[in-house]
Amino acid sequence: MTNALELQGITKRFPGVLANDQISITLREGKILALLGENGAGKTTLMNILYGLYKPDEGKILVRGKEVEIQNPNDAIANGIGMVHQHFMLVPVMTVTENVMLGVEPTKNGVFLDQEKVARRIREISEQYGLEVDPSAYIKDLPVGIQQRVEIIKVLYRQADILILDEPTAVLTPQEVEGLFKILETLIKKGKSIIFITHKLKEVLNAADDITVIRLGKVVGSIDPQEATPEKLATMMVGRDVNLVVDKQPAKPQAAALAVTDLAVRDENENLSVRGISFEVRKGEILGIAGVQGNGQTELVYALTGLLPVESGEIQLLGEPIHNATPRAILERGVAHVPEDRQRHGLILSFPIHDNLMLCTYYKKPFAHGVVLQEKAIFSNAEELVEQYDVRTPNIYVNVGTLSGGNQQKVIIAREFSRPIELLIASQPTRGLDVGSIEYIHKQIIKKRDEGTGVIVVSSELDEILALSDRIAVMYKGQIMDILDAKKANKEYLGLLMAGIHPSETSKN
Amino acid sequence: MSATVPPIKPTEAKKTSSALGQALLVPILAVVTGLIIGAIVIVVSGASVAKAYGALFVGSFGNPLDFFAALKTLFASGDSAALIKAIYPFTESLVTATPYIFAGLSVAVGFRCGLFNIGAEGQFFVGALCSAFVGYSLQGLPMLIHLPLALLGGALGGGIWGMIPGYLKARFGAHEVVNTIMMNWIAFKLSDWLLNGPMKASGFRPVTPNIQASAELPRFFSDPLRFNLGFFLALLFAYLVYWFLFKTTLGFEIRSVGANPDAAKYAGMNIIKNFVLVMAISGGLAGLAGSAQVLGVDHWVGQGFSAGYGFDAIALALLGKSHPLGVVLAALLFGFLRSGATNMQSMAGIPIDIISIIQGLVIVFIAAPDIIRWLYRIRSLKAEETVLTRGWGK
Repeated sequence: MTNALELQGITKRFPGVLANDQISITLREGKILALLGENGAGKTTLMNILYGLYKPDEGKILVRGKEVEIQNPNDAIANGIGMVHQHFMLVPVMTVTENVMLGVEPTKNGVFLDQEKVARRIREISEQYGLEVDPSAYIKDLPVGIQQRVEIIKVLYRQADILILDEPTAVLTPQEVEGLFKILETLIKKGKSIIFITHKLKEVLNAADDITVIRLGKVVGSIDPQEATPEKLATMMVGRDVNLVVDKQPAKPQAAALAVTDLAVRDENENLSVRGISFEVRKGEILGIAGVQGNGQTELVYALTGLLPVESGEIQLLGEPIHNATPRAILERGVAHVPEDRQRHGLILSFPIHDNLMLCTYYKKPFAHGVVLQEKAIFSNAEELVEQYDVRTPNIYVNVGTLSGGNQQKVIIAREFSRPIELLIASQPTRGLDVGSIEYIHKQIIKKRDEGTGVIVVSSELDEILALSDRIAVMYKGQIMDILDAKKANKEYLGLLMAGIHPSETSKN
Repeated sequence: MSATVPPIKPTEAKKTSSALGQALLVPILAVVTGLIIGAIVIVVSGASVAKAYGALFVGSFGNPLDFFAALKTLFASGDSAALIKAIYPFTESLVTATPYIFAGLSVAVGFRCGLFNIGAEGQFFVGALCSAFVGYSLQGLPMLIHLPLALLGGALGGGIWGMIPGYLKARFGAHEVVNTIMMNWIAFKLSDWLLNGPMKASGFRPVTPNIQASAELPRFFSDPLRFNLGFFLALLFAYLVYWFLFKTTLGFEIRSVGANPDAAKYAGMNIIKNFVLVMAISGGLAGLAGSAQVLGVDHWVGQGFSAGYGFDAIALALLGKSHPLGVVLAALLFGFLRSGATNMQSMAGIPIDIISIIQGLVIVFIAAPDIIRWLYRIRSLKAEETVLTRGWGK
């Protein structure tokens, strides 16, 4: 049997970086190949080469045994290669049909769009692969899981038989992930071949027929999923033994650090995103807030940190009201915030590391005397923190934008953890980071808890929530479905809550 | 990819000088390319490039032969008249560059905060009128008091003119581009009225009276050399702006708001306050450009007084990458080009407009640096491009 796709000795150099070093991978016909590697390992570069976005410096691409040259995405599509990007490329205000036909619009009589023909084809594809998508629905009304199906339909519509899925599970609930895996199975049965890019170990073990691990731009090895374990894979990915379980002692909660009562918040578009929620965080405990992205977690955190005004309700920090205080007032009372969008809120990418490390305290001693900045203090602070928090950088003067995601996050952690704090709000603290950085950041968060800080961890990754939390709150449509003891929680139960189903209610029926 | 960078211990690294070279590379190549294309235009129009650019050089720097001859005369006979004549073009270029420096700084400060101050022209006018008013209406004051007062008048006038759009933006979210343009028109029409009415000197022409000698920026040479203290004042302000932007907490806030307003808000900075502050400073600097021109060069204000300094300032700030040193260099370039162009027109018969073409080309190349990178096959640095302004609304 021929191989659907083979990459042989692909090498790609960027100025100063060898992104892909003699990478060879093989995708068998009708199989799922999982490409596993940390962020920055070179997976995305490799796929961009395959999709014609980059040109390799060396190496060959073979489709069904025939060498092909892929200069641009059109060549890739012509060779039957389709890509489902991590960030969906959809126009929210258009229908499914319009999105699918975008770029390859068929016409009637030469001028009129033939939407009906496309819709028919979408229904066919939808039926054939069990995708269940309504062609006339608007993208903005569809849940993320369905939007992803639209992306898959787009690729199938263009008659791809080799599908590349880049981190497809990053935005899905556990149930949606199950659904995706079912779709992948159907696709395979109908003769498609799939490359599945991920850094999540368990998914790989569930779904893949072959696993290839990449580290530092090189293939570390291939492994049969039957023989693989999460520990083995992690070690291959990181290059050393990794502790996948977060070590932590039982929490010793003390007095309340934060008390939220009947909080309601409107988002930037004036939609009521947080609808009357109440909870408490004690010193020395971690409250995990789980939920599919976009269920009000972001707005909750913004309200707690003063970035969005409070519509109604109360927030008390150590017994004092802080609702509608300015971000600076809240910051000065000892609230540290690791924002979910580190590049938008957490850092100024065009500023050097040393400036980012004093971004919230630049006006205070020792960084300023009066209005004059004290460079000596700023530099020595940066040197210290870079050392202490193991930020990998040539020096403290380079712009923070040149660092990898993991190191950017470490800069934020270093800045926020190094000042005296009462409450830590960490939003998606490890999103998009490699296993090594995740391990490190989790340790730091636990350490803060053990020092007696109240901690809120907001994450859409259930594994992270389960690993860190002492108590877990699940948000759905701006409300808290339930708050439970982490010891009693499990993935399935939380998954149902995340989907807005209260298990106790369904069991009543 | 940098996750793959091996662990390097933070070292006492010095800021590399090659970074400065990189920053200057594109602007310098842009100027060179502009001159080359200008040369092509000259050839096409049937004139001699050597003659044209020779005249441009003599017009902006002076003739080196004349200069050495004049030095000889000075040592031989003690007669400095020839020397004065020889250095006249050079000093005139510096005189032309002076308002350019102030106005370029004005727009650059705005850019640093993500604000697009198109109103430098109007602020220039208001500053000039205020300085002129202080200059001619107060009498009998010693220079040590009168001159600073006149400068302060210009800075305040321009500052208020800039602060109004800043306040409108902060309070009502009105876009500063629209409002600064509107403020320009108000300034133009206001000056027409003032020059024809309240501020009109006796006589027929719509001009202000001459300012008192005690309000003049002192000149270093006798007539016709107009080279004056204003030039050094401009350099001093360039340094002050640099210090303010890069060495103070206020400047740090301004740059933070400009580079990433979301992060600035996250860090507890008051964005709205910074908008007003920056527009006031920007307006003040544009006002000082007007003051320097009135107090140092013209000594009175007439209609059409500005000659577009405020608009050229936008180009200067772009060319200088919104850095005070860059702005000074860009202003000198414009000063020398503008000043030399007059000579080129009279000596070589090349219309002065060729300089506008060259300036325009330089600005296009700066605004679209990929053209230059492509022309000279410079590998694009992955460094982020400076975002000068944000789009409309949020």
